[in-house]
Amino acid sequence: MSLDKDQVQHIAVLARLRVADEEIADTVDKLSRIVDFVDQLSQADTADVVPMAHPLDAAQRLRPDVVTEADRRNEFQENAPAVSDGLYLVPKVIE
Amino acid sequence: MSSSDLHTQGLAQLAQGLEQGDFTSVELVQALLGRIDAHDKELNAFVTVTADAALQAAEKSDQLRRKGENGVLNGLPIVHKDIFCTRGVLTTCGSKMLENFVSPYDATVVERLAGAGAVMLGKTNMDEFAMGSSNETSYFGPVKNPWDLECSPGGSSGGSAASVAARIAPAATGTDTGGSIRQPAALTGTTGLKPTYGRVSRYGMIAFASSLDQAGVITRSAEDAALLLGVMAGFDERDSTSINHPVPDYVAGLDRSLKGLRVGIVRQHFDAGLDEATGKAVREALAVLEAQGASLTEVDLPNLDLSVPTYYVVAPAECSSNLSRFDGVRFGHRAENPEDLLDLYCRSRGEGFGAEVKRRILTGTYVLSAGYYDAYYLKAQQVRQLIADDFRKAFADVDVIAGPTAPAPAFRLGDKTDDPITMYLNDIYTIGANLAGLPGISIPCGFASELPVGLHLVGPHFGEERLLSTAHQYQQLTDWHTRCPEGYA
Amino acid sequence: MSAAWEVVIGLEIHTQLATQSKIFSGASTAYGAEPNTQACLVDLGYPGVLPVLNEDVVRMACKFGLAVNATVAPRSVFARKNYFYPDLPKGYQISQYELPIVEHGELFITDEEGNEKRIGITRAHLEEDAGKSIHEGLDRYSGIDLNRAGTPLLEIVSEPDLRSAKEAVAYMRKIHTIVRYLGISDGNMQEGSFRCDANVSVRPRGENAFGTRTEIKNLNSFRFVERAINFEVERQIDVLEDGGAVVQETRLYDSGRDETRPMRSKEEANDYRYFPDPDLLPVEISGAFVESVRETLPELPDEKRRRFIDDYAIRQDDAAILTVNQATADYFEEAAASAEAPGQVVANWVIGDLSGALNKEGLEIEACRISASDLAGLVNRIHDKTISGKIAKEVFEAMWAGEGSADAVIEARGLKQITDTSAIEAIVDKVIAANPGQAEEYRAGKEKLIGFFVGQVMKETGGKANPGQVNEILRTRLSKS
Repeated sequence: MSLDKDQVQHIAVLARLRVADEEIADTVDKLSRIVDFVDQLSQADTADVVPMAHPLDAAQRLRPDVVTEADRRNEFQENAPAVSDGLYLVPKVIE
Repeated sequence: MSSSDLHTQGLAQLAQGLEQGDFTSVELVQALLGRIDAHDKELNAFVTVTADAALQAAEKSDQLRRKGENGVLNGLPIVHKDIFCTRGVLTTCGSKMLENFVSPYDATVVERLAGAGAVMLGKTNMDEFAMGSSNETSYFGPVKNPWDLECSPGGSSGGSAASVAARIAPAATGTDTGGSIRQPAALTGTTGLKPTYGRVSRYGMIAFASSLDQAGVITRSAEDAALLLGVMAGFDERDSTSINHPVPDYVAGLDRSLKGLRVGIVRQHFDAGLDEATGKAVREALAVLEAQGASLTEVDLPNLDLSVPTYYVVAPAECSSNLSRFDGVRFGHRAENPEDLLDLYCRSRGEGFGAEVKRRILTGTYVLSAGYYDAYYLKAQQVRQLIADDFRKAFADVDVIAGPTAPAPAFRLGDKTDDPITMYLNDIYTIGANLAGLPGISIPCGFASELPVGLHLVGPHFGEERLLSTAHQYQQLTDWHTRCPEGYA
Repeated sequence: MSAAWEVVIGLEIHTQLATQSKIFSGASTAYGAEPNTQACLVDLGYPGVLPVLNEDVVRMACKFGLAVNATVAPRSVFARKNYFYPDLPKGYQISQYELPIVEHGELFITDEEGNEKRIGITRAHLEEDAGKSIHEGLDRYSGIDLNRAGTPLLEIVSEPDLRSAKEAVAYMRKIHTIVRYLGISDGNMQEGSFRCDANVSVRPRGENAFGTRTEIKNLNSFRFVERAINFEVERQIDVLEDGGAVVQETRLYDSGRDETRPMRSKEEANDYRYFPDPDLLPVEISGAFVESVRETLPELPDEKRRRFIDDYAIRQDDAAILTVNQATADYFEEAAASAEAPGQVVANWVIGDLSGALNKEGLEIEACRISASDLAGLVNRIHDKTISGKIAKEVFEAMWAGEGSADAVIEARGLKQITDTSAIEAIVDKVIAANPGQAEEYRAGKEKLIGFFVGQVMKETGGKANPGQVNEILRTRLSKS
């Protein structure tokens, strides 16, 4: 099943990815090929098959409710592109 | 043993040499740093070389050894795939997105190896965010195969494989999601081990596809792999998917005889898609096993044909979500002068990620999106269960499943980059093990057109011991794993 | 609102669970810290980090499930809800989708006619809270504080069984009481530990199909919930009566203007692309675990209310008021248990004068200036007629001011009621003698002058004479000629 440009644009917005105009056609083409390829899955008979949750079928471990982390803000914010007074900055959001 | 020969030794030998005082860790590290200097320009296997830190660590290890305090890996140099977070050291994941990212913490794998005394020489180049089978998607340029500099070393752990093959590092860590350790090992004539899913902690290993990723090693021999796995493996409370299963002494288990080993062969693996010379080398390797008392049986994995499409639904789906955290806000690449929030996200991510990564994110977003989830993601997880069941049934009758690791030897750089599907089919033999969470190893077994060929062995869950002993016994009888590419001896 | 329309409301309540550390990391959940000082690598969504589930979170969810008669799922799964927003560091929220930890519960409210009404609880699931955005004072920027990111939330979803804003508030109050009784949440709405989203729609009365609904988000007070729903209902009815259609959208309540308005959407399309989180494994809860949690359940509000009515013979309304808050219920019970007076008298004091005194100073009952046993002491002294009800008020004030127990105050201020018959007779005679004219008029038939005489006797006795006895003796004495 091939994808069209609008679909790809929509997915790109969902994924917050800017696909340059000059790349769009190629992206649509390659994605269509990939989707065509994975469409093979419809051939499989999977009636009553439980989808895999974990390869080893294990259950979630529980951790005791204890505070183990100290404040390392300064260290972490060395990697941050834009901070002010300990806050991470993004272009203003209006709700 | 002069320092000019140190690079020819594997970990086990080096450990002995250090123990005996034949040389110091500092001498060893210096020798390797010299080789990296000499060779890496042409190979491009490294993103970061941590020369000063390595020498300091080597010095410390020498001191400890003199005091009689010796960790299992004390003073032994290794390199880490640049997907493992290393505290205070650049961790790029082969991407522009993390070009300047200095990790504030160590991955568990890094911690454990350093804790046992290993000395890190640097971080190796890789396909961007582990997505690729040729190491051509790295932001830092492709890695070259030391066997033929016009060829790819495979991927995504291309830098790790190339550095071990070129003898500029004795051993390397890698990660394997669809074959990213085993395939480059096969293409570079090295030994690559992917453990059982949950055997080694994923904490600190930058996530690509969470239910498939696993940390492993690329080494010169099964013996070296056993040594490293023993240190890396084991439950980690910081990783919920890590399994609490006892870690055996893999080194002690290496001597198990091949006699009585039941080897399964998947008929479909030897069909038209397989390069002739590759098939021949693999069949000869199987004959060696047989001669030692192993028996060969045909096994059927009826759903294996669907393993590549299954993988290319599950892996992109998980990665599309895992990579959402890269948004230019708390770390990583941020676009200049964003107009608004949407622009910040779209441009930071658009600029920071390469084409293959973007493609996989888009694919993943698509297969999870409303209306498509059932047909793709859900379906893929069901087929995955079928594939895992096929393996489980097969392992009732055999101990290991053997075949070629890759359908052909190393291909020329640039050859497969046009069509994504062609590239994806490189992983056709390795992917099943990831889907089922099984351990797999690739060991050198010959040559095709003067390029290395790998024999692939898959075992049942926690079957690493048998894989390693089988590989080790094979390596006692053959010398493929000792061959060195010209110019790197 | 016209009787032609029926309102349909469902509430989604997010309550922060009172754990020390976050749901998936070991960072602290304490309120009020400096920005980003309680956001560890896991909370920040750093590359390579992984979530590990907090045991107490599971316990608390289980407790809630049992308290509302729900099924605790033996196997539940965490799912990723994918969307982009600056306060969501990973670009997805770890929540639960197809297999939540609690399902099919119920609770009972009293509707506007005074009847008990069952409200279904569809499910309750666990998820992590997002961080906070600050939009003021940063020029062209918004500032993100991720301290709150990763705080455990229990999202409680009701069936669309509520039929009015008042019912919605009653339900919300009930949930609020329950989570505090269970000790799983402090329910502090100002601090954001208890938030409500309301799904509101209308339909012609008699119609079975649901109308289009809107979602009003982030209501953090009972009053706002009521007002917002009322506004929205009117708005929807107006739209429909004008021939229009209700748009399905998310809205915010503006308390300043008392209106709801559409929210600028958080993302272009609400396609959350839910899938099971591969970093977490299915949560398996054994029958034994559930039973061990059941043993820790306190007496729940409804049980306690019924028991108060049975054991202390108090009115239904009063029992309801006393059991809203566990601390108040405990206080009442301690006082009532040690009082000789009937429980209703104790209840009156707690609900009346005591609550009044607390409210005046903005105190919670935990900070009450009179202990439960001291209150019982006061009530006992009225009951045994040591003091009159009127004097008791004075004693109460004095006790509140710290002058000690009821007995101590009565003693110190000499407030003991005069009940000695001969003493009262003497004073009555004195008063009658001093007021011969009024005595004459009374005897002539002006019966209501008894009030005047009672007043005079009370004045003479400083209010301490037992009013009943005074009345009786006066009448006897006055009728003698």
